[in-house]
Amino acid sequence: MSYLEYRLQTVPSGLRKILAMNWPVILLICAIAGVGFLMLYSVAGGNLSRWAEPQMQRFLMGLTAMFIIAMVPIWFWRNMSALAYLLSIVLLLVVEVAGVTGMGAQRWINLGFMRLQPSELMKITMVMFLAAYYDWLPIQKTSRPLWVLIPVVLILVPVFLVLRQPDLGTSILLMAGGGTVMFIAGVHWAYFASVIGGAAGLVVAVFQSRGTEWQLLKDYQYRRIDTFLDPSQDPLGAGYHITQAKIALGSGGWTGRGFMQGTQSRLNFLPEKHTDFIFTTLAEEFGFIGAFSLLLLYALLIGFCIVSALSNKDRFAALLTFGIAATFFFFFAVNMAMVMGLAPVVGVPLPLVSYGGSAMLVLLGAFGLMQSAHVHRPR
Amino acid sequence: MKASPKDLDTSYRLISRRGLVFGGAQLGLIGLLGWRMRYLQIEQADEFRLLAEENRINVRLLPPARGMVFDAEGRIIADNEQNYRIVITREDAGDVDEALAELSRLVNLTPEEIEEARADILARPPFVPVTIADRLSWEDVAKVSANAPALPGIHADFGLSRRYPRGADYAHVLGYVGPVSDYDLSRLDDQDPLLQIPRFQIGKTGVENKLERSLRGRAGSRKIEVNAVGRVMRELERQEGIPGGDIQLTIDSRLQNYVQARLGDESASAVVIDCENGDIKALGSAPAFDPNLFVRGISVSDYRALNENKYRPLRNKAVQDHYPPGSTFKMITALAALENGDITSTETVYCGGRTEVSGLNFHCWKRGGHGYVDLKKSLRESCDVYYYDISQRTGIDRIAEMARMFGIGTRFNLPMNAVTDGLAPDKEWKTRTQNADWRIGDTVNASIGQGYVLASPLQLAVMCARIATGRSVTPRMISKVDGRPEPSGAGEPLNISANHLSRIREAMYEVTNDRKGTAYGSRVIADDFRIAGKTGTTQVRRITAEERARGITRNEDRKWEHRDHALYVSFAPYDNPRYAVAVVVEHGGSGSRAAAPVARDILLQALYDGTPPVAAYPAKDRQRITTQQEELELWDGVEERRPTRDQV
Repeated sequence: MSYLEYRLQTVPSGLRKILAMNWPVILLICAIAGVGFLMLYSVAGGNLSRWAEPQMQRFLMGLTAMFIIAMVPIWFWRNMSALAYLLSIVLLLVVEVAGVTGMGAQRWINLGFMRLQPSELMKITMVMFLAAYYDWLPIQKTSRPLWVLIPVVLILVPVFLVLRQPDLGTSILLMAGGGTVMFIAGVHWAYFASVIGGAAGLVVAVFQSRGTEWQLLKDYQYRRIDTFLDPSQDPLGAGYHITQAKIALGSGGWTGRGFMQGTQSRLNFLPEKHTDFIFTTLAEEFGFIGAFSLLLLYALLIGFCIVSALSNKDRFAALLTFGIAATFFFFFAVNMAMVMGLAPVVGVPLPLVSYGGSAMLVLLGAFGLMQSAHVHRPR
Repeated sequence: MKASPKDLDTSYRLISRRGLVFGGAQLGLIGLLGWRMRYLQIEQADEFRLLAEENRINVRLLPPARGMVFDAEGRIIADNEQNYRIVITREDAGDVDEALAELSRLVNLTPEEIEEARADILARPPFVPVTIADRLSWEDVAKVSANAPALPGIHADFGLSRRYPRGADYAHVLGYVGPVSDYDLSRLDDQDPLLQIPRFQIGKTGVENKLERSLRGRAGSRKIEVNAVGRVMRELERQEGIPGGDIQLTIDSRLQNYVQARLGDESASAVVIDCENGDIKALGSAPAFDPNLFVRGISVSDYRALNENKYRPLRNKAVQDHYPPGSTFKMITALAALENGDITSTETVYCGGRTEVSGLNFHCWKRGGHGYVDLKKSLRESCDVYYYDISQRTGIDRIAEMARMFGIGTRFNLPMNAVTDGLAPDKEWKTRTQNADWRIGDTVNASIGQGYVLASPLQLAVMCARIATGRSVTPRMISKVDGRPEPSGAGEPLNISANHLSRIREAMYEVTNDRKGTAYGSRVIADDFRIAGKTGTTQVRRITAEERARGITRNEDRKWEHRDHALYVSFAPYDNPRYAVAVVVEHGGSGSRAAAPVARDILLQALYDGTPPVAAYPAKDRQRITTQQEELELWDGVEERRPTRDQV
C-alpha cells in the first residue's frame, strides 16, 4: 500500500496532528523519564547538575525531535529507511576505523557536542529498513528461503560490526529486534526454530572456543558469563557487581529505604549506579512497590504501542511500531534481568532512565517514528 | 508492486495473530521479571537487608584507659599520659614528599623516620591517617598546629600511653606494658577483642601482667558507616568503654626509692615487710632499669645491654631468685631442736673448730673454735659446730617442717612473675628428685643453711617477721583493687612455744647489740629502734686446694662470680617489732659487712619515715653516715598524688 492509497483527507493536517498523536505513550515516556531524573538526582547524592540536568536537556532535545519526526508523514520515513540503514552501516564502519575506545570497547564517534553511538542508531534504522522490506515484499514470498536470507543478512551485517566493537548487549538487542520484525511479518515458524537451535550451537561454540586462538569473545565477557552462572564464586572480583546489585534490590523490601536513603548506592557499593545499574538504586530506595511500578509503566508503554500497531492497517507502520516496541521491550527486559541476576551482565542501559545521550535521543526518535505511524495511519 | 485487497487482508490478519503471540510472550517475560522482583525484594528482603547493613556498618573498638597504680600513700606510680603524635592523611596532603619536607623543617625527624613514614603512607589507602612521628613534645605539637595552613593533610593527634613517673624504682614490682605480640596471642587464652587492636598495650611483667584483667578495662565501641572502599562516612553510635580498675599497692614510694638508691649498683635485693599485717613496704632489686623504655619500644642495643649485664638487671631478685640462706637459717634449725626437746636454751655444745660426721670433716667458720656454746652464743657468734651437732639429733624432716612453717619452701602469692618456691629439703624430696638417699652430711650442711636449702629474700623477710611476731604473717603487696581492699596478711599464731621464740629473739638482739655479735657494727643507738638480726655468708664456690696453695682465701682476691653471697635478716624495734627486712647482696662478701649496714639503713629509714637523725647511729659512724646520706641520689621529683574527689 503506497502513500497514494491513503485517503489523505482523513489524515489530520497541521497542528491537529499533535492532537492526533498517541498521548498515553507520550505521557508514559515522560513519566519514565521523570523517574530517571529522580534517580539520577539521588545517585549523585542530591546533586542536580551532575547527571540529572544534562539528562533533562537531552530529554527535551529528544522530545522536540520526537514531535518533529511525528509531524513528518510516515511514507517519507519509509522511503528514507534504506538510506538510514546504509548511513548507520557507514557510521559503524567509521567507528571501526576511528572510534573512541571506552570501557575496553570501541563504541563512540566524537561529534564534539556529544558522543554518538552508531550502534544505538542501528537498532532503529535496521527495524525501519526491515519493515520497509516486508512492506515491499509480496506476502506469498515471505517464507521463501531466498527472501528470508536477505533480511537475515541485513541483520547480521550490523550485528557482526557491533560484535567487533565488541558490544555483546547491543548485538543481542539487534538480533532480537530484527528477529521480532521478521516474526511479526510472518516468516515461517520453522526458521525461528532452526535459528534457536543454531543459537544453542553457537553458545556451545563460544564456550568451546575459550582459551583457543579463535576465541570468540573477549576475556572480560567470558568472566561476566562465569559470574552470571555463579556470582558467589568471586564475590569481591567479577561477581562483586551482581552480588552488590542483588543486595541493593533485596534490601529494599516492600517499601524501600526511602528517597536518597539507599546505603548501597550512596556508599558506592553499587557499580555504574547512574547507568546500567540505576534500577538497583530505585529498587533499594523505593522497594518492591517502586520497582514494580516502573515495570508496570514499561508494560503499559509497550501495551499502548502494540494496540497502536494492531489498529494500524498500514503494513509498514504496523511492522515498524512492533519493531520499535520490541526493541524497547528487549532493552528494559535485558537490563532488569541482568541486574536481578537472571541474565549475564552484558551492558544494556535501562531505557529512558539510565544516564546516556545516544540511547535517549535514539529512543525518542524511534517513538517519533511510532507517533508518525500513529498519526498518519489509514482511517 | 501493487498489493491486492486480499493480500492486505492476509497481511493484516497475520500481523494481528503474530502480534498477539508476541504481546503474550512479552507479558510472560514481564511476569517473570515481576516474579523475580518479588522473590528478591520480599521473600529474601531480610537476608539482603542484613547483608547491606554488614556492608555499610563497621564496628571499631575504643580502647579504655588503663587503670592507674598508686602506692600505699596514694602517690601515682603508673598512669596514662597523652601521647602526642603527628598524623598525615595522603589525600588531603597532596604531594606527600613536599608535605614531609615541610614538616621536617619544623620538627626534628630522622631520614629513617621519614622514609618509614613514606613507605607506610603509600602502602595504605589515601584516606587512612598514618602516624609519622610519635611521642612528641608539646612544643613540637604546638609548632605543627600553628603552621597548619602550610601543612595540608598533617595534624597533631593524641592517644594514651603508659607512664611510670617513678621510673626504675618500680621496674621489678610493676613490670611494664608493651604491644601485644603474636606470642602473647598464642599463649593467652583471652578472647578480648581489644587484643586484636594493632599495638594495643598489655602488661608484660610484674603487677602490670598479673593484674592485667583488672587494669585493662573493657572496650568501648564505635559504630561507623563506611563506603565501598572503607572510608568512614559518619559515626552512627558510640559506646564508651569502661576504664580499667585502679590498683593500690602496699609499697611506700619514698621507702622504695630509698631501698633502690641504697642498693645502688650492687647486684642485690631487699624486702621490707610490715610485721603486723604482712604488707610489703618496699621490694627492691638492683640494678634496675627504666620501664618507660619498654613502653616506648626498647631499642635492640638497649635490650641487649640489659640482657647481657652480669648483674642481671631484668631479674626481680627479691622474689625470683633464691640463695642458700646460710647462717640466717640457724634460727630454724635451733627452733626445730628446741621444739623437739633435743636441746634446751641453756645446754651447751663444745665447738673445737670442726666436727667429724661419718668420716667427713665439717669446719666451723672460726678455725680455732668457739669453745662451749649455748643457744645465745651460737647465734650471736654464728657458731657452725653447734648446729652440726643439734641437727643430727633433730633430723632433717623436722628442720624442713620448721622451715616451711616459717615460709621457706612456700610460694607466696604475689602479683609478680616466676615467684620462687625456695626449697626446704627433706628425705622424701631427695629420693624423689635426686633418686638418692638422704645422707647425714646433707643434714649437717642444711643445718647452717647450705647444701640443698634455698630461700628467696622475700621468704627470709617473711621468716623474720614470723619470728618477730610469732604469727604466720603472710606477705601482701596489693592493698586495693578497684577500691576493694584485699585481705590482710596478719596471720594466725604459730604453733611454737612463745618461750622458745623469745630465746631466739634475744639471741638475735645480741647479734646486733652485743659487742661480740656478728652485726655489732651495724647496731642502732636509738633505744626505741634497737634491731635484732642475723648475718649470713654463703659460699657460692668452695675455695679450691689450688687457690689455697696460691694463698687466695680472702673474698676480695677472687673473681666476683666466685665470691660469697652476703645476707642479713632483721626486725626492729626489738621490743615492739614493726618491720622485718631481709637483704641479700650477691657476691658481696660477708653478711656482716655487706648486707647488715644496708638493712640497718633501710630499717631506720622506715622507722623514722624519712631520713633518720645521725644520732641513731653509733658515734664513730656518724661522720661516714652523714656523707653517705648526702651522696645518695634520692628521687626529688614532684610527688603526684591520686586526684581527690573534688579535683575530679
